[in-house]
Amino acid sequence: MRTTLRLLALLLLLGTTGWWLAAGKNPGWTKNKVAVEKKDEITEIVFTEYEDRFVPGVDILAAAGVGAVVLAGLSFLGRRKVVVS
Amino acid sequence: MKTTLLLTCCLLPFAATAAEQTFDFKDPKGVNTARFTLDAPLETISGSANGVSGTLTIDPAKPEATKGSIVIDAKTLSVENAMMKEHMLGAEWLDVAKHPTISFTVSGLSEFKMEGEKATAKVKGKFSLKGVEKEISVPATVTLLKDKLGARTGGKMQGDLMVIRTEFTIKRADYGINPKAPADKVADDIVISLAIAGSSPK
Repeated sequence: MRTTLRLLALLLLLGTTGWWLAAGKNPGWTKNKVAVEKKDEITEIVFTEYEDRFVPGVDILAAAGVGAVVLAGLSFLGRRKVVVS
Repeated sequence: MKTTLLLTCCLLPFAATAAEQTFDFKDPKGVNTARFTLDAPLETISGSANGVSGTLTIDPAKPEATKGSIVIDAKTLSVENAMMKEHMLGAEWLDVAKHPTISFTVSGLSEFKMEGEKATAKVKGKFSLKGVEKEISVPATVTLLKDKLGARTGGKMQGDLMVIRTEFTIKRADYGINPKAPADKVADDIVISLAIAGSSPK
């Protein structure tokens, strides 16, 4: 059980970090819309359009860190069996 | 002779306003954009609004007498995070339910310099945000695109386009936008940039 919890904590931390890195290392809050700049050919105005896209931010990374600490902490709560030889 | 004089008197007011041109900034293409950036030491917040409307009347012979207003629908302000947008539009920050528009009422231009079809000027007027109105003067670049409306509307309308670009800074505290919020997280300086096109059909 202890090993499972520790493995889960490691997986959560590594998985979330990998996801955050793969999604572009967003240093801000999580985004559910991404601003995309476009240019109008006639007026040459650069304008912003928002695309629905989920980009994890440091808040998700922090939450995963807390989750991993909690899981790892739980693994220390169980009593160790004392083997008397 | 009497008839000529009478006609001249009647037509004079029209002749005086003939050069005046009114540009409508309600852009069906949604290109007209107001952007804002708050660059605090701990966080940079930026977003935009595309609900731009209003009109400007300009007379090239008397540019200093330019009048009109640019209005932004505050509900169209957007950022990339849904919760942040909800907070920004809420009562503590912009309170868009009570103050649905952000406007700039132009009272005139100064330091007007024309270079070809491009002009630079200082635009004077009243900037209104969250119920607070302040007299400001902002630098702007104005480009006249003669007969370009047809190209933009696929030939449905003919006329001119006018593109205005400006960037200026206001203080968040001056407009009562959550003045208690720490400036290291939400900057007091709000940099606003506008790039908008108005059309004047013939």
